[in-house]
Amino acid sequence: MATETTSAAEASAPGMPQLDVTTFGNQIFWLLLALVAIYFVLSRVALPRIAAILAERQGTITNDIAAAEDLKAKAEEAEAAYDKALADARAEAQRISAETKATIQADLDVAIAKADAEIAAKAAESEKAIAEIRAGAMEAVTEVAKNTAQEIVAVLGGKADAKSITSAVTARMKG
Amino acid sequence: MADEAKSGGGLEFHPMDQFIVKPLFGEAGDAVHWYTVTNVTLWLALAILAVIGLLVLTTSKRAVVPSRGQSIAEMAYGFVYKMVEDVTGKDGLRYFPYIMTLFMFILCANFLGLIPMSFTTTSHIAVTAIMGFGVFFAVTILGFVKNGASFLSLFWVSSAPLPLRPILAVIEIISYFVRPVSHSIRLAGNMMAGHAVLKVFAGFAQVTAVAPVAILGVVAIYGLEVLVSAIQAYVFTILTCVYLKDALHPHH
Repeated sequence: MATETTSAAEASAPGMPQLDVTTFGNQIFWLLLALVAIYFVLSRVALPRIAAILAERQGTITNDIAAAEDLKAKAEEAEAAYDKALADARAEAQRISAETKATIQADLDVAIAKADAEIAAKAAESEKAIAEIRAGAMEAVTEVAKNTAQEIVAVLGGKADAKSITSAVTARMKG
Repeated sequence: MADEAKSGGGLEFHPMDQFIVKPLFGEAGDAVHWYTVTNVTLWLALAILAVIGLLVLTTSKRAVVPSRGQSIAEMAYGFVYKMVEDVTGKDGLRYFPYIMTLFMFILCANFLGLIPMSFTTTSHIAVTAIMGFGVFFAVTILGFVKNGASFLSLFWVSSAPLPLRPILAVIEIISYFVRPVSHSIRLAGNMMAGHAVLKVFAGFAQVTAVAPVAILGVVAIYGLEVLVSAIQAYVFTILTCVYLKDALHPHH
């Protein structure tokens, strides 16, 4: 920088260079040029480009959200289908189980009935056999009683006819 | 700056020398014609390059997932776009490129001015007045074109009691015409004052005794100036939006 003060600086040296009117034309000219240049750069290149970027991003986000919602709906659908299948399977299983139970019960009933009938038949047979045996035993007892009574009467010295002994024994047997 | 050689040991303050407009080429004493390439030209050109670097180069990849630089460009775009939309409404978005131009220019010029030894174009009233009056005339003409004579209802506060309205109209008209002045002086004044204060603190750093304090002061003021640079760009832009809103919707 020169040690001598310049004419422009001298004019403004005591005061503010901002008020040096001689430089106004220069500043205004270059300022207008700069503003016009910036305006063209912005309006032709920068702003449309940034607007496009922002729009593209917004579009991408919107699309992604839509896709995500789609997928979510699909997942929900799949879950519903799964739940339905599960419920169906469970109902089917219950039905099969009940059916099987009923079949088994029916078979069982039939078998029980058959077994009961057999048992009843066997019991009746046995009872018959027992009755026969009892009847046989009764006769034998009567016979033995008659003979014994005859013997006893004979020993006691009495004479007893078979007829009265039989009636007496029969009467006793009844009692 | 110019007299440093003969300053000797005494304190020398030249806080305003940084604002001198001088030719870039040729002799220091050359006259500054309107076409002369000056330091103004240089720093305006750097501001243009900064805008291009910030908004064009960073977005060249057009990435859906933005890089750091692209994020800055998108944030600047979104910030101003939302401001215009919020303040002026949907119909103000037509003027968004102009407002974005002003915002990016002032922001870049302010921050470039914070580089040591740089020249702050926005600290000059000639620069800010052109922008302030440019906004004023553009908005006024736009108001009359859009609304015709009913644009004058801006000055007739229909919600006020009738006797008060003429008084309010006078106040409104005065405030309307003061707008471009305050609009431009606010920006130039803020930038100039901050830079001058920086230089004053730097001047104090010549004295050894107070140098640490002075340097701390420079650091603190510099931090403040970073804030002021951004805020003044924002203030200028939002006031432009407010004036534009008045032009588009003059009815209170």
